[in-house]
Amino acid sequence: MSAMPSPRKKVGVLALQGDFEAHAKALERAGAEPVLVNRAGDLEGIDALVIPGGESTTMLKLIGETGMKEPLADFTAKKPVFGTCAGAILLAKEVTNPEQFSFGAVDLSIERNAYGRQVDSRVATIEPGEEFAKRAGEGGVEAVFIRAPIIRRTGPGVRVLAEYAGDPVLVEQGKHLIATFHPELTSDPRIHRLFLTKI
Amino acid sequence: MLLKDEQYRLKVGLAEMLKGGVIMDVVNAEQAVIAEKAGAAAVMALERVPADIRKEGGVARMSPVSKIREIQAAVSIPVMAKARIGHFMEARILEALAVDYIDESEVLTPADEEHHIDKRDFKVPFVCGARNLGEALRRIAEGAAMIRTKGEAGSGNIVEAVRHIRTIVKEMKQLTVLGREELVHEAKNLQAPLEMVEYVAAHGKLPVPNFSAGGIATPADAALVMQLGAEAVFVGSGIFKSADPEARAKAIVKATTYYRDPVKLLEASEDLGMAMPGLDISKLPEGELMQTRGW
Repeated sequence: MSAMPSPRKKVGVLALQGDFEAHAKALERAGAEPVLVNRAGDLEGIDALVIPGGESTTMLKLIGETGMKEPLADFTAKKPVFGTCAGAILLAKEVTNPEQFSFGAVDLSIERNAYGRQVDSRVATIEPGEEFAKRAGEGGVEAVFIRAPIIRRTGPGVRVLAEYAGDPVLVEQGKHLIATFHPELTSDPRIHRLFLTKI
Repeated sequence: MLLKDEQYRLKVGLAEMLKGGVIMDVVNAEQAVIAEKAGAAAVMALERVPADIRKEGGVARMSPVSKIREIQAAVSIPVMAKARIGHFMEARILEALAVDYIDESEVLTPADEEHHIDKRDFKVPFVCGARNLGEALRRIAEGAAMIRTKGEAGSGNIVEAVRHIRTIVKEMKQLTVLGREELVHEAKNLQAPLEMVEYVAAHGKLPVPNFSAGGIATPADAALVMQLGAEAVFVGSGIFKSADPEARAKAIVKATTYYRDPVKLLEASEDLGMAMPGLDISKLPEGELMQTRGW
């Protein structure tokens, strides 16, 4: 008898607004089974969650209206969550420009649209530190910043995995991962794979 | 090649972030704040909403600069603005203002009846309207990073947007079953570059996000175009020409997320007050159609 392949990990992608389909494809490339989540019941049976890029104000509005605030807060207390751009804003402890509600899962302060408007969006190659190289693989990472936020403060429990222009852009705290850029818009699977190791 | 260019990827990237969202037409800061609070993913600044342009006539131009600044200062979501077809100087001014997206729009009076703007040369991304696949691919080849159906703006009537999204989706499906030599012939029929035609044949979709606009007035209208293949919606006159703009804006946001769920759509459709008045497009004189502007 041949060995059964180990079942793929089920990873939810919050599918209220934004580039959730790009994340679903990136998760598939990284070897997971993506599940689109747009109601509280969808959180049952998934091993982790991705909060994608998009407009954080729109997502917050829909989270509030559809009664997902509490279930999402419960989920982040128990299981790994990966937030990119708008998702990073939703997971932060403190949000500025302007101030708004966030889940506070990662001890950092983040400023929205901190690089400026779309004309200030950019693609940069960043060089992550040794920790990233050891756990995710060697080499630079192509980072796509779109109307991106900047992390202005990180708490003592937060580990910075990569910086760009002196600011942290890829960080982790325990089971949670945060990127202010969009790894889902490139074909490099390393960051999504790194997230899967947290399950 | 355009599609691999770094700047172009950033432009398409912002369109990716707007997927599943609603982009709302606004004429001032007060409306922009209502739109943002209701959950709009972006706002579109213009001088007058299409229903008023239709009623009042005259030349419709780019929004006054002071209004755009006022809107940019009032909200944290992306701010788009419209420029006239072919009016690359209006577009340069909008770029200098750092709007997040420019809509080269048939809703405004065209400035050039033969040429659209060469959009490759700008740092700001562009969205353009299309009625069929050939038109969509010509605009992308010129550098547009997002396509929307034209529909018939300011009509409150969804029939044209439905015709356009169905046409684009059907024409894309047809390409996927053709052989390479047939694609060359189709490029000729579509009057579109072969490179773009081959992309669609290989992927079954446009190389940029495909949104819908032109006549969306109710949550059901938004859900309908999403079901037909649109990836986000633009609402022009439909919100601020209705009886209760705030409630309607929220309802259309909800309907665009939950377009597959009739129970959520029913919830979104309750207690909205009157929708904007609608027009029978078959009774409009040809000269009053906006969708036939541009090619």
